[in-house]
Amino acid sequence: MPLLSVENLRIAFHGRERVTEAVKGISFSLEAGRTLAIVGESGSGKSVTALSLTRLLPEPPTCQVTGAIRYRDRNILDLDRRGLQALRGKEIAYIFQEPSSSLNPVFTVGNQIAEAVRLHLPEVKDVQGRVVEALRQVGIADPERRHSAYPHELSGGMQQRVMIAMALACRPRILVADEPTTALDVTIQKQIIDLLRELRGSAGMSVILITHNFGIVQGFADEVAVMYRGQIVETGPTDEVLRRPRHPYTRALIGCIPRLGARQHRLSTIDHAAIAREMAAQE
Amino acid sequence: MKSIFREVLRRRLGQISLFTRLALYLTALFAGFLATQPVNQQNLDATFHPPTRVTWHDGGLAVRAYRLVDRSGPHYEVIPGEFHRVRLFAPGFDYKLLGLVPMKRHLLQAESPEARLYLLGSDSTGRCVFSRLVYGSRVSLTIGLIGITITLFLGLLVGGLSGYFGGRIDFFAMRGVEFLMAIPSLYLLLALRSVLAPRFSSDQMFIVIVIILSLIGWAGAARVLRGMSLSLRRRQFVLAAESMGQSPLRILRLHILPNLASYLLVAATLSIPGYILGEAALSFLGLGIAEPASSWGLMLSQAQNIKIFMLNFWWLLTPGAAIFVTVIAFNLLGDVLRDVVDPRMKTQ
Repeated sequence: MPLLSVENLRIAFHGRERVTEAVKGISFSLEAGRTLAIVGESGSGKSVTALSLTRLLPEPPTCQVTGAIRYRDRNILDLDRRGLQALRGKEIAYIFQEPSSSLNPVFTVGNQIAEAVRLHLPEVKDVQGRVVEALRQVGIADPERRHSAYPHELSGGMQQRVMIAMALACRPRILVADEPTTALDVTIQKQIIDLLRELRGSAGMSVILITHNFGIVQGFADEVAVMYRGQIVETGPTDEVLRRPRHPYTRALIGCIPRLGARQHRLSTIDHAAIAREMAAQE
Repeated sequence: MKSIFREVLRRRLGQISLFTRLALYLTALFAGFLATQPVNQQNLDATFHPPTRVTWHDGGLAVRAYRLVDRSGPHYEVIPGEFHRVRLFAPGFDYKLLGLVPMKRHLLQAESPEARLYLLGSDSTGRCVFSRLVYGSRVSLTIGLIGITITLFLGLLVGGLSGYFGGRIDFFAMRGVEFLMAIPSLYLLLALRSVLAPRFSSDQMFIVIVIILSLIGWAGAARVLRGMSLSLRRRQFVLAAESMGQSPLRILRLHILPNLASYLLVAATLSIPGYILGEAALSFLGLGIAEPASSWGLMLSQAQNIKIFMLNFWWLLTPGAAIFVTVIAFNLLGDVLRDVVDPRMKTQ
């Protein structure tokens, strides 16, 4: 029995004149302690899928979500507001792309982490100690002093570590990392991924990694689901998908990873017309 | 908050405006102590009396004696060599310090009842302009504070909520706001005032005026605050807070409100003069504070008389100067505050 399973999820945005279907009936599941990467280019529906897991999308009628999201024999789509608030952060926590805008500029980072702890773990007496511990866990040097820093006083990598500390402060079962490294430079990307890998192992947590970069999927995710135009076009164990991509879009995405030393004059881009032709040919 | 205060005090303009305001508020608080005569004490033998000169005479403070030369002017003359003794901290008429403690002592009192102690002259019924000015400061200084509190409360409630929740709530709230803004405010003011007029005494009128002014003023504040909370709503830290399971009220209180605080502080300081001027305008038109109570606008309306211009009774225009100083002090403080809380909007 998987920890989280998504069945035939459809997400549609109702505009003034037309309905845009961002996600067109996808299904996937996540086992406890495993990591799933959802890979796709921007606009493929992966971020919307991530947000829908705890219903963070706008309310109907603007946005219609149908299908089922089962988490420990409950359907998240049936939960009321109370149930959702108890779920968010406590069971399923998020890290977003831009750490600098995900932190409230007017509070110290320690305050913001403490906020999460107070909200979900009222039984914790020594909130301050918990905050310092969380900051140390994510590798922030001198946490006793840093917890009273304001977000703008920290670098991007540090801010993302704070976001991770905040997400992990309540020991969630599932961590949804929505492009956690996109706004960071390459060396920091590696540090953050390494940190996530380490914390995932020690907390026994499941991770859903949303990314467009196959480079960080390799060696991090157990399974990959490739999303293209609102559908999952390919899914399977990471190594297999990377070694033998079946879908033309997956091949194109993998082909986009720049390689050092490759004899290549142009970086490859995704030729959607060619993919459409290939898809038609396969059918 | 403390650091904002310190920053303001570090600037010259900040110091000037803060100390001016401090002096003004102390005046309002200790009006009874500073006044030399009861607000309503008339003296028909001393109408349009010029400001009395206070001099040093015979080892103490004294005022010169005056003689009425021409009643029709009226025209007064200093009697040479004649003085009346005045004393600091001397007993005088009864008043209540801070409205609570019964007291008799005043900053300056004349010893004999003959003396004419008019520091800023007297008006058409011989009332002391200085004392009325001091008492009138209470109206002008508190009206802004109370008014802006009501305005920002309403603006924050309507604007903040409609910006945060959006959709239908937003639509109806904003149409309501636009409706209110579409009515020319002066006419609305006059209409409301005349509808409410007969039922209130002069003291209650003060509160009614504040309420009228803020009922008209909150629409603009609501619109700005709605825009700000709408844009904050889209910021990722609000989504992050939501993804942590915080309730809408908590998000409004913890994430939206503190980010609006600097704007609120500046807006409040900068719009207080509007209320002071609004009250002055209402009283000037005879619709605000009514006689015999005193307010700066009311005092100015009495200075409209052509006779006052012809005969150069300049002291009757001092309430105008008082309004000017107060408004400038608030505006300067608002500017300084804006520079302090938002360095991007620096004026230099």
